[in-house]
Amino acid sequence: MKLAVLGAGAVGRSVAELAGEYGHEVVALADSSSSVVNDSGIDVSDALAHKDDEGRVGPEDPETALDADYDALVEATPTTLGDAEPGFSHVRTALERDRHAVLANKGPVAERYADLRELERASDGAVRFEATVGGAIPVLSTIDDYGPETITAARGVLNGTANFILSRMAAEGLDYEHVLAEAQDLGVAEADPAFDVNGTDAALKCVILANVLGDREYTLDDAEVEGIADLPGTALDLAAEDGRTVRLIGEATPAGVRVGPRLVPENGTLAVSGTRNIVQLETEHAGRLNISGRGAGGPETATAVLADVNRLRD
Amino acid sequence: MSDDASADGTAPQAHTVRLELVDEPGELLRALEPIADNGGNLLSVFHERGSLTPRGHIPVEVDLECPPDRFDAIVTGLRDEGVNVIQAGAERYGEEVTVLLVGPLVETDLSETLSQIEDGADAAVEDLSLSAPDGATEEASARLRLAAEMGRTSDVLAVVNEVAAEKDLHVVEPLAELEGSA
Repeated sequence: MKLAVLGAGAVGRSVAELAGEYGHEVVALADSSSSVVNDSGIDVSDALAHKDDEGRVGPEDPETALDADYDALVEATPTTLGDAEPGFSHVRTALERDRHAVLANKGPVAERYADLRELERASDGAVRFEATVGGAIPVLSTIDDYGPETITAARGVLNGTANFILSRMAAEGLDYEHVLAEAQDLGVAEADPAFDVNGTDAALKCVILANVLGDREYTLDDAEVEGIADLPGTALDLAAEDGRTVRLIGEATPAGVRVGPRLVPENGTLAVSGTRNIVQLETEHAGRLNISGRGAGGPETATAVLADVNRLRD
Repeated sequence: MSDDASADGTAPQAHTVRLELVDEPGELLRALEPIADNGGNLLSVFHERGSLTPRGHIPVEVDLECPPDRFDAIVTGLRDEGVNVIQAGAERYGEEVTVLLVGPLVETDLSETLSQIEDGADAAVEDLSLSAPDGATEEASARLRLAAEMGRTSDVLAVVNEVAAEKDLHVVEPLAELEGSA
């Protein structure tokens, strides 16, 4: 398939780099200020080298990428809340041109799910967004395969940064501030970690799960969200004395969407350590299903994007 | 399970009764009759066939539910029928729930916080661990194990959240539906 990749951050870069390996061709790549377009395929390593040297991937305006001759548009620009722009408009352009859209950007799926589905209905193109929940973990395709109506609830650890901080706090008996600084040094946490540690990122993923599972539309405003920044190390010590630990757990259940620190058994399924993510699906006929793996990262998330692209090809 | 269990003492409560039965046909049925006859509701019967008490009898554990004022009548009824009741205790609380509280616990009168939770939720504090490494005026953490009546842990958690909100404390709730399941 011919791909237009919007966004040249960790995920967009990896999608562009790995596309060839999956038998696809990149005809356009855009960052926030520029793009490079070639209907017979761009030179990806050349464009990324250009980005590293000059701060832009190519000579064109970013909008030019939207007009390229692609089969599927990959939306990998940063997640924005509210109207989810400009990601939403990018997807709209693709669908109005009867092209497919594959999202790594959570904004449009979490904040404008009904609008997104409406655009899809009017289009010959399809929308896929496996990469928006749990990175490399095949959560949405599993729900799709089983049938959303047979899944009664989803819950799990959906933010690697928060999980890294909580597992380090528990293991080392250190305080939040200390572990956060360490996580930033390691590149696990961003300079501004608010999105991860205040629960927003996990909540967006749970909202997407709720949208896929439920029969009403959810947005971030419908979610009950609490972060981990107020948790002292002593709380984790007390939990450990009792064979428990604390994890930032997100839930999408018929009762709604809820994210917050919760007590879980220390050696239980949900107490994954480090940046690992886990999703637990409650199925109607098959009990509980646990899927775990890497929930973030360029190549990991790109793997989910390209798996979506492959599904479109079939 | 009754949902209208209130503090007035008439709501059914869970009890566990341990009996010793002679290994003869009909013994179990005979032992269970006085329970229903005196207003009790059988919840479960654990009949340990194969294991014997020191006196050579079969131990049976019966979980039942009845209004508080009927329990003595049930035990008396059993004994009147010649059933050997070796242990009869009002097991008022059938479930436990553990939470963490974080915040100015000492400053906001921890003892009053606990009383408010016990009174408001009709629960009992079974265990408390407090960690206040920076002294009484700083942020502290506590782990509370609360005993609740069967099926009422979500009500208990609601009260804990209410009391905590008043005192600006954070609550870390358990993910209860996961406990003990694979």
